[in-house]
Amino acid sequence: MISSAVGCPMPNLSAEDLRTRLVRDLPGAVQSVSPLKVVPPPAQGHAPAAFVTGDTLVEAARIVDVALYLRDRLNYAYLSDICVVDYLADEIFEIVYRFYTVEGGSSLALKVRVPRENPVVPSLTAHWPGANFHEREAFDLYGIVFVGHPYLHRIYMWDEFEGFPMRKDFPRQGDKYIGEDE
Amino acid sequence: MLKTEELQINIGPQHPSTHGVFRMLVTVDGETVTDLKPVFGYLHRNHEQIAEVNTYLQNMPYTDRLDYFNAMANNQAYAMAVEKMVGIEVPERAEYLRVLMVELTRILNHAGALGFLINDMGAWQTQLAFGMREREKILDLFESVSGARLMCNYFRFGGVARDLPPDFMPRLKDLLVAMPAFVDEMERLLRENEILLQRSEGIGILPKDLALAYSVTGPVLRGSGVAYDIRRAEPYSIYDRLDFDIPVGSVGDVYDRILVRIEEMRQSRRIIEQVIAQLPDAQGGHINPKARQNVRPPVGDVYARVETPKGELGFYLVSDGSSKPYRYKVRAPSFINLTPLGDMCRGYKVADMVVILGSIDIVMGEVDR
Repeated sequence: MISSAVGCPMPNLSAEDLRTRLVRDLPGAVQSVSPLKVVPPPAQGHAPAAFVTGDTLVEAARIVDVALYLRDRLNYAYLSDICVVDYLADEIFEIVYRFYTVEGGSSLALKVRVPRENPVVPSLTAHWPGANFHEREAFDLYGIVFVGHPYLHRIYMWDEFEGFPMRKDFPRQGDKYIGEDE
Repeated sequence: MLKTEELQINIGPQHPSTHGVFRMLVTVDGETVTDLKPVFGYLHRNHEQIAEVNTYLQNMPYTDRLDYFNAMANNQAYAMAVEKMVGIEVPERAEYLRVLMVELTRILNHAGALGFLINDMGAWQTQLAFGMREREKILDLFESVSGARLMCNYFRFGGVARDLPPDFMPRLKDLLVAMPAFVDEMERLLRENEILLQRSEGIGILPKDLALAYSVTGPVLRGSGVAYDIRRAEPYSIYDRLDFDIPVGSVGDVYDRILVRIEEMRQSRRIIEQVIAQLPDAQGGHINPKARQNVRPPVGDVYARVETPKGELGFYLVSDGSSKPYRYKVRAPSFINLTPLGDMCRGYKVADMVVILGSIDIVMGEVDR
């Protein structure tokens, strides 16, 4: 029952390779990357450069197509992580999907940007049941709505909780759930 | 004909076999589970937001509290993420010390996990006491090297906090000499135990394709027959020079997960022996003397992952150029490994459900964050 056959990992696709392929095979899915503002600026020291990503930025409506392309055509079948970043100054949420192959090697990341007022993105849970808790966590803490998710309920906070605690504009002091003695 | 109906019951959050404050909302038809929804969040403290108001180094002790069984492995993942972001080099000796600690962690985690699993099956305490006895010896070593038994806080950016104390190596060698007998004894206790065979063979089957679709990692994935181990798939630290095998199961039931864990303990011992042999020749000290601990990483994002005893632990960090992370996300293995619990339990009895949960090996500190 011991497998020691796994040797050196296969060469992986780079983010540029992926973009080239996506532009060829799924026209209109890839967006051009615009640099994001970095906030808050540090109290002292030099102001940092703008945030530019080297990963592939995908149209929100096409994320399921692109993810399935990664799984079925490129063999990146293992969805490792879904993470949300709140870029308050740019008024967007960025959702980062990270895929690996089972053969080994480095990851391919897909990024999706949605406006903060209306953060809606199609759910991957129908194709990757493992996306279920990732998406519920993103909904609970950031309020991202995943269309087509079978059970989009809060996962950490209680159901009656108001607000989304990981958003950058959520008050860190003095919300109504904190008593005066705390 | 008796009138029957489905019944919804709560198992947990205060229940001895849920491994912490964890609740399962179970729909049962008689004794058979027809649906199961995991409910958690009782230990939620918004770890990720706490991390955003701390400096990078201040978060190191916080990572201990994620999976409090495996503080060393959590430290390693976080240190690797920050080092990747800032570009800190780690001396060879420090890498060996890190691997040594992490593999000891793997042994103590599996010894504990198997003990708890048998406890859940009703074989009270014997196995658990055996596992805990070994775990104590390793915790003593951790105490001598880091000053703490559980919350070690031993890793620093660019190395580890301090070098080994003089009596560490003799004690470690004693431990390793006694180790095979312990693992064999544990395997015998498990494999020749009729109760265990009855309770684990063919229970909680997670097929290979489903395991992959569910993104499970660690012994649960390998028990289902996928030879995916990050130490091999994307070698980090010095794992590319170490020789070890990846055990895989064939069926994907609870029994396979037990066997995978037993074999992983043996493989970890193999790794530690190689580390002991190669450590005297390793270059550098226990920490890179040029590495600043008060880091200000350049603007950007980074993801680093390690194979902890429970699966893939990843840290996704976004830096805005300040001394605090702009975003700090933990990809916790216990959390994701819980996703297929409903599917794994469907159709089995209520008593099996407890065993299946035990075979996933969760720690609520990491699930709830």
